[in-house]
Amino acid sequence: MDYFLTEEQLMIQDLARQIAEEKVLPVRAELDETETFPAEVLKHLAAADLFGLNVPEAYGGMGLGGFEHALAVEQVARVCAGVATAYAATGLGSYPIMLGGSEDMKQRYMTRVASGESLAAFGLTESTAGSDASGIQTRAERVGDDYVLNGTKQWITNAGEADVYSVIALTDPTRGPRGASFFVVEKGDPGFTFGKLEKKMGIRCSATGELIFSNCRIPADRVIGKEGMGFILAMRTFDKSRPGVGAQAVGLAQGALEAAVNYARERVQFGHPIIGFQAVQHMLADMAVQVEAGRALVYAVARFVDSGAKDVSKVSAMAKLFPTDMAMKVTTDAVQVLGGSGYMREYPVEKMMRDAKILQIYEATKQIQRNIIGQELNKEFGRRKKA
Amino acid sequence: MDVIVCIKQVPDTRHVRLDPETNTLKREGVESMVNPFDMYAIETALRLKDEFGGTVTALTMGPPQAEAALRQVVEYGVDRVALLSDRAFAGADTWATGYTLAKGVEKLGAFDLIVCGKQAVDGDTAQVGPGLAERLGLPFVAFVRRLVQVDPQSRSMTVERLMDDGYDVVETPLPALITVVKEIGEIRVPSLKGKMKAKKIEVPVYGAAELGADPDSLGLAGSPTRVVEVFAPKPRGNRVRLEGSPEEQADRLIEALRGDKLIAN
Repeated sequence: MDYFLTEEQLMIQDLARQIAEEKVLPVRAELDETETFPAEVLKHLAAADLFGLNVPEAYGGMGLGGFEHALAVEQVARVCAGVATAYAATGLGSYPIMLGGSEDMKQRYMTRVASGESLAAFGLTESTAGSDASGIQTRAERVGDDYVLNGTKQWITNAGEADVYSVIALTDPTRGPRGASFFVVEKGDPGFTFGKLEKKMGIRCSATGELIFSNCRIPADRVIGKEGMGFILAMRTFDKSRPGVGAQAVGLAQGALEAAVNYARERVQFGHPIIGFQAVQHMLADMAVQVEAGRALVYAVARFVDSGAKDVSKVSAMAKLFPTDMAMKVTTDAVQVLGGSGYMREYPVEKMMRDAKILQIYEATKQIQRNIIGQELNKEFGRRKKA
Repeated sequence: MDVIVCIKQVPDTRHVRLDPETNTLKREGVESMVNPFDMYAIETALRLKDEFGGTVTALTMGPPQAEAALRQVVEYGVDRVALLSDRAFAGADTWATGYTLAKGVEKLGAFDLIVCGKQAVDGDTAQVGPGLAERLGLPFVAFVRRLVQVDPQSRSMTVERLMDDGYDVVETPLPALITVVKEIGEIRVPSLKGKMKAKKIEVPVYGAAELGADPDSLGLAGSPTRVVEVFAPKPRGNRVRLEGSPEEQADRLIEALRGDKLIAN
């Protein structure tokens, strides 16, 4: 369906799609099988100018928005959600800097990220802080002209591969919501090491691992914005990044839908292609409706967020919640349509189903998304004048 | 280093359909693409630009729609393009094509190297590259699979030429003309900035008059050869069908090849 994209947006879509088909498709199964980080593919995306889509031109980016970024992520995810995760996580890791960093900090880091020279990563999750972000225990103590960080981050995407890490740590445990701050930690900073990489169900080529801070000393100017802004920056980051996860889900689901339709047209049972059976047709129809609905929602929300609107939390959560739940169902149905073949690793859909699950979990679980939407509805209706 | 790449727009052979009555390719509604070997030539030129700087120019002879092929290669980083197009060029065989391209190269000015793809996937003659080199009086190396050493200062280059049973190492002075094979390396991806440039770039079109070309050397008039018929040859000779499992068929095949002394014992 035509979403009336601009010429530039169509270029981005075509380009991302071409790279996904030429460079990702031939290696996606192997990357998954061997759990190999897709460094080569990311280099291609960087060479194509696709890393800095929503970074301002002043820092070497294309000066576009989250919508354009979503278009690119969708096309990559259509071929491999693992590669899309590695690609999109760099965006996530740079949002705190983009939203809260000083001009000097943005110049220093965003140019490297926009060019694809440096990958970024977002460090929030800890063993005591998943859905409850306030449960973080990593401490950042001001010592002279430095901060010293101690603690461990868990399950961080691009751990070890990124050069630039946006890390949230407690600067004042007594201040509650104002007790945390974001810092830029660089690979190579003294006292900063990486733990083991996790073995995952899906998105296996994405590097997921621990960030270990052991008296990690960084200059005081590495604080992003001011002390105490940590949780606020985190929330604002997620408002921006959620449509991107939605786009990843839409792309993944689209890839699964295409595999299912193509298979159903070829597979002959009882004398004709199985797409002739209503049972199969209805499944495919439902899948197609869901994918299109997800796409329409993501596009609408991404555009809305780019417009600079202030109150985006509710719709941003919707743009993550619906497509990710949808992708889990669509990929599972795709395996079903392919039947026995769908279960075999020789065919791409079992990987898509394995990849889909994490989308319902990371960047806030589907339960948290529902919390957010429910709370926003409450606030929204509370503000309305009674008739 | 200033490099010229000759490209050709060809039917997209990945989606061919045959007209069942005439047994020829259906051309209407078939998409076009840049000849795949020419993309390797473009990649070769771009790698030289990456290393030594300079400009890469893409040149093509074709109908007006060949402009799309030129714009496509600009997406990859080509700096300048030129389209040789004129009714008088139509029907050219490889001889007349070589003449026309040579006039085009003259129009473009100085260069250090011309790179062509090994052959076009629609004609498959592999004649235009060497023919062009001959007309321009350039040293020529075919089937280049690797640029071993390039020295723009001392005006020389060493390359590997892929042969059926190995490869040759060939040294040539510059300027020269080479044709390349796909072993030369992985083709890069286009870029967003490249796509934007491709949209806006001006494509100069040179006809017979602008090239100062001799009309008798152009197109059908300038072609000593004619394509009389294109057909798929009917299979001839004895055909033996090997039965059994793949392993059994393999054994039988080896036996048969040994029997015919086509492989050693």
